[in-house]
Amino acid sequence: MPKSPGLVSWKKLPIGMFILEAGNSVKFKTGDWKSMKPVLDKEKCIKCGQCWLLCPDMAYSQDEEGYYISNLNYCKGCGICASICPKGAITMVLEEV
Amino acid sequence: MIEIRLHGRGGQGAVTSAELIAVAAIHQGLYAQAFPSFGPERRGAPVQAFARISNTYIRTRERIYHPDVILVLDPSLPKLVKVTDGLKEGGVAILNSHHSEEEVRKMLGGYQGKLALVDATKIALEELGVPITNTTMLGALVKAIDLIEINYLEEAVRARFGKLADKNIKALRRAMEETQIYG
Amino acid sequence: MGKRVAKEVSIAVADAVAQCRVDVIAAYPITPQTHIVEHLSELVNNGELDAEFVTVESEHAALSVCIGASATGVRTFTSTAAQGLLFMYECLFIASALRLPIVMVVANRSVSAPISIWNDHGDIMTMRDAGWIQTFSENGQEAVDLVYHAYRVAEKAMLPVAVNLDGFIVTHVVEPIELLDQELVDRYIPPYRPKYKLDPKNPITVGAIGVPEIYTEARKALDVALENSYRTIVQAWKDFEKISGRKYQPVETYRMEDAEVGMVIMGSLTETAMNAVDKLREEGKKVGLLRFRLWRPFPYRDFLRAIGKVKSLVVVDRALSHGSTGGPVGIEIRSALYQSNKRPKIVNFVAGLAGRDVTVEDFIEMFEKGYTYMTKKAPFFYEIYGVKE
Repeated sequence: MPKSPGLVSWKKLPIGMFILEAGNSVKFKTGDWKSMKPVLDKEKCIKCGQCWLLCPDMAYSQDEEGYYISNLNYCKGCGICASICPKGAITMVLEEV
Repeated sequence: MIEIRLHGRGGQGAVTSAELIAVAAIHQGLYAQAFPSFGPERRGAPVQAFARISNTYIRTRERIYHPDVILVLDPSLPKLVKVTDGLKEGGVAILNSHHSEEEVRKMLGGYQGKLALVDATKIALEELGVPITNTTMLGALVKAIDLIEINYLEEAVRARFGKLADKNIKALRRAMEETQIYG
Repeated sequence: MGKRVAKEVSIAVADAVAQCRVDVIAAYPITPQTHIVEHLSELVNNGELDAEFVTVESEHAALSVCIGASATGVRTFTSTAAQGLLFMYECLFIASALRLPIVMVVANRSVSAPISIWNDHGDIMTMRDAGWIQTFSENGQEAVDLVYHAYRVAEKAMLPVAVNLDGFIVTHVVEPIELLDQELVDRYIPPYRPKYKLDPKNPITVGAIGVPEIYTEARKALDVALENSYRTIVQAWKDFEKISGRKYQPVETYRMEDAEVGMVIMGSLTETAMNAVDKLREEGKKVGLLRFRLWRPFPYRDFLRAIGKVKSLVVVDRALSHGSTGGPVGIEIRSALYQSNKRPKIVNFVAGLAGRDVTVEDFIEMFEKGYTYMTKKAPFFYEIYGVKE
């Protein structure tokens, strides 16, 4: 047996290796890649939504009060949200290990 | 199988002539190929085109080295190109010329074989108003080699030239009548 | 039966593509393919063909458009030659791995440098590992028939097909051709209904990343698909014979029955080579000819059967594989024979580069070499026939 086997039998792959299930990236929690995470100061936040708009991983969503919160299961810690925030409401802090 | 080499100048329609010969022959029920000399062409430069006609499927893609017929559309070409090069013994040279048989034979370097002459430029000027002899010379071909039926050739010209077909057919028919065959 | 007409082969090929009711055509003009796509653009422009003709900025874009369009589930066509094929190179591998049934006609032409517009197989041989089905025609009729065949095979096997015809020597010749009646074409090539397609209503992902844990399996799947397409290809030729009366096989043979020296060749030079065979047979020499109609997947079983009991095989390549032990076909054949019990001597020539004429006399000379090496050790490498020293 090879030490590094395949994940799926080639016979079971859909034709052309198409992925037939839409939006299955939700299953892959890539949040553990990050070393820094965004922390929101609700006092400063004006709910403009730029963090939500520019997040490359679409990790942001609105909570019940209308604040944009990053889902740390998907956030890779790139810091774009903190950089773009017009009010300086988002700070990047070290992820605790 | 009969192999024909056409000599013209770029833009004179030698390739079209070759195609019309093949189209007529095929519609007549024979087999044929027509092809240009492959490659880039310049307007006015001497060009060649080729045709093959046969009763059976033509199974070759060789170039034509030894034609049975040469058809020269432009009267000035024999001075520039050795048009009879490789012509088979017993073959026929068909030329557009207003010169006498003797003069033409001399121009061809003492050519002794079968010769067909017609002043196609004159006919084309009178019938078409332009010195383009590609359809006119087809009339000479019909007369010189007993193979292609005139009605199939006319049909091919008609399909190709549309509104201009009548004039071209008239020139072709006139050339057929006026072509002189020697030896 | 279809009507026998006199047509330039390029025009007839384009007409056949139109008869296959293609939906999207994307192509960039390049000699000697130009007349094919020019005629298709005319047919689209004057309303005779209901298709989208995308005038792209390059061959890379041409195949990219076909890949995108094909993934949405429509029938596509492109055509190219030489540098154009090389320019679409990276997309070739994507088209096959995504299992998109694109049909491409390659008007075979030599590759630069030096610049050449003339015919050889230097272009197509570069894509022999690209996962496409590849067929070769020898004349206009075969080119047209292989276009019909390509669509039937592509959509059944879910693989792209490249149909080869020799530039100028075939593309630019006016000859008699019989196109199938439209009704028969429609029966032979029913509307394309893909199992999966890009559709906003039912989203899927096409072209995802293949991590090390999956890439090998994805490529194995393509490899098996190409191998299995063999049966589809042969069946499609049988079905074609029923409607047209014209028979095609993966390896075609000519006077091979009892042959002691065989010649292998592909493309339009075959017809001239047949005349050489006839001449030598008249002299009592037992020679024969075989040619690959199907080049990929490589029909090794048909090949081993076809060579019969030849003592030597003259392989005439129309392309070089620089730095290798033979021309592309020569290498393939030596490889196929190694595990077999048959061991004819292989005499490998590279001939007819950039449209240089190969005549009956040339073929006879190559056959003579085949006889020479029948009883002695054949050269390990290959000879570029007729090269001026």
